Amino acid sequence: MPARNAARSSRFAAPADGSAAGGTPAEHPLAPPPLVFVEKAQNALRLAAVDRAAHRRGLAPGLTLADARARIPDLAVIDHDPAADAAFLEEVADDCDRWTPLVALDGGDGLVLDITGCAHLFGGEAAMRQRLLAHLARHGLGACAVVAGTPDAARALARSGGGRVREGIVAPGGEAAAVAVLPIARLGVGEEVVTGLSRAGLKTIGDLAARPGTPLAARFGEDLLVRLDRALGREDVRIVPRRPLPACIAERRFAEPIARVEDIEATLGLLVDDLALMLEARGEGGRAFEASFFRADGAVRRLKVETARPSRDARSLRRLYRERIETLADPIDPGFGFDLVRLAVLRAEPLTPAQVSLDGRAVEEEEVAALIDRLAVRLGRERVLRFLQRDTHDPDRASALVPAAALAGPPLPPMPEMLPRPLTLFDPPQPIEALAEVPDGPPLRFRWRRVVHEVARAEGPERIAPEWWRRPEGTPTRDYFRVENREGRRFWLFRAGLYDREPGTPRWFLHGLFP
Amino acid sequence: MDTVRDIAALRQMLARLEAERLPGAASVFSLGAAGPEGGGVRLARGALHEVQAAHGADLPAATGFVLALALRAGGADVRRPILWVRQDFAEAELGRLDAPGLASLGLDPSRLILVRAPDAAEVLRAAGDAVRCPGLGALVIEPWGEPKTLDLTATRRLSLRAASSGVTSFLLHAAARPAPTAVATRWRVAPAASGPGAPEEADALGSPAFTATLLRHRGGEGGRPVEGGTWNLEWDHEACSFRDLAPLPRAVVPVPAGRPAGTAAARQGNAGAERGEIVALRRAG
Repeated sequence: MPARNAARSSRFAAPADGSAAGGTPAEHPLAPPPLVFVEKAQNALRLAAVDRAAHRRGLAPGLTLADARARIPDLAVIDHDPAADAAFLEEVADDCDRWTPLVALDGGDGLVLDITGCAHLFGGEAAMRQRLLAHLARHGLGACAVVAGTPDAARALARSGGGRVREGIVAPGGEAAAVAVLPIARLGVGEEVVTGLSRAGLKTIGDLAARPGTPLAARFGEDLLVRLDRALGREDVRIVPRRPLPACIAERRFAEPIARVEDIEATLGLLVDDLALMLEARGEGGRAFEASFFRADGAVRRLKVETARPSRDARSLRRLYRERIETLADPIDPGFGFDLVRLAVLRAEPLTPAQVSLDGRAVEEEEVAALIDRLAVRLGRERVLRFLQRDTHDPDRASALVPAAALAGPPLPPMPEMLPRPLTLFDPPQPIEALAEVPDGPPLRFRWRRVVHEVARAEGPERIAPEWWRRPEGTPTRDYFRVENREGRRFWLFRAGLYDREPGTPRWFLHGLFP
Repeated sequence: MDTVRDIAALRQMLARLEAERLPGAASVFSLGAAGPEGGGVRLARGALHEVQAAHGADLPAATGFVLALALRAGGADVRRPILWVRQDFAEAELGRLDAPGLASLGLDPSRLILVRAPDAAEVLRAAGDAVRCPGLGALVIEPWGEPKTLDLTATRRLSLRAASSGVTSFLLHAAARPAPTAVATRWRVAPAASGPGAPEEADALGSPAFTATLLRHRGGEGGRPVEGGTWNLEWDHEACSFRDLAPLPRAVVPVPAGRPAGTAAARQGNAGAERGEIVALRRAG
């Protein structure tokens, strides 16, 4: 790695061109009418974005549509859709993962990429910038890209159309000189600060940098100085990537995109092998894996797989991915093929090689964990469950089912001794019609699901008061009865409410079934 | 003629193979101190057993019976998990399995892995995967109704896989129509009225009680076929064992709790008839 890159964080800021925000190509050989996007603002339809042709003919965002039409009668008008723009920018950001895993959104129309240590993979910063721009241009995106030492400097320069920076690359330490000529608004400070400073005769960042900081901070706040320092390269902050940084990644790039399922699976197999070696060297196992398929046309498909315990077993991982691909509701659409396949470990945990015990217990536990993973991949995480017990008398809350993959820890404490509980529980309890002695006798007869049951034996009541700190006030007390009907079938019934002591008429419910 | 001879030879070969798979002494479990001759029938571990509910409404009882069998099959090994594949519809009809209820039957809830499958085909697929995992203590397969996918071929495949992995598997469903399945044993289960409690708790419910009918026992016991029979059993969760349900000392009539004790004598009058009925259900010898 060149020393320069290591010492210095190099970043791209690449705001997508306004005209391409809707995903339309900038130019057309048949010269279509200028295109504008309109939205309703301040009680008038105003231009929200314009394409390059419209821009050349003097239209700018903020103009009312009526004025724009008066100037250019044959305007093509489309409703502005900020949600679609944001979604499109997300897609572009996804695609930019191919350059570096550290990508952040910048406003509604820009991206910041941290390319520290990545540039040499693409032939240096200049070559990388060229390739990035060419890649975006192939998908009809006009962009302006600047490489600089801090994200704020790169952002300010890129949003000014590159400033006077040669080839879009700021030499190390040259940030202060490069941004000096930019207007203060490029610092991203508020309108009133810009106005205030311009009244004082300060128009460019260079003007500001020449002044002593303390009076400026006293008048306009610390924020201005912080932004100034960052833009000048005096202070370095990292971007917050939109996706968590993976623990380790393995990837394969293809000069010719691959499209066949067999090729994709074989590639995944190779990547799994690579990752297994990496994880072994680190003494770790992955808990969550993500395969990303970068299509040549910019679309990205991601497949996530989670395991119940840290794993670096290439065979079982390969099997999990095969299972995952087989059970996809919408199969991976290769389109014109994938030119980059990446496998990342999103979450890794320490995994020491286990000694195989004599009775093969460890092996068995591994097998069960692998089975849980496989079933969870096929049926979904929330369908393979284990019990989580809570120390409470509220039957509704006493146990919960949680994904088995998520529950990895010490065994649960034993349950406190309590009266027999039903094997199955209805949630919510089912209302029944019951005949019982008032005020607190057990039911003599009840009707559930249109069948009348004569009660032969009854045991109770077991009074369970609601947890007042959890339930809304006025939740009735429950008197539970275990009853057996004449056929020997057993039910768990309760009366919600107490006669004369709690408001409202008590009602009967069936809560569970005993074997 | 050659074809006939070939088929005969093949049949002999199959019979030999089947005989090799007959359970040895170590790989069987009994119901506990219940059934005929004290020990009851012996069921093979690493085989598929079918439990039918006699009626749709008896499914909770059948569920309890399966769980008890699974606990018996697990033996002293309390660490291996039990995997339960359940179809979503069973969840809606019978309610969800509840941890305190499992504990009441003697199963540590943290041993249970519950798999919810959307349809019968997925139940079968998940079961097919699970039955090959020797780390499991037992496997319970609970589809809803009488799925067409669970036919002779499917159950045979499950049986063979269970035999090779050693996972004792149970198929639980309501008996709608007799469908041919390749299982080691087939049980029909209905709930039984509670046994007598202590006199002071005359109205108390006893342990879970079942009327279990053995409809089929493949291979019999040590090669000797076992005839079907019906037993009234009671599950003792502390001993993790079935025991005979004592005949009722009194009639089972709808008695409201809290009725004056004077009527108890009147109730005793019917006891003989009721007892006779239950005894008739028991298998002679």
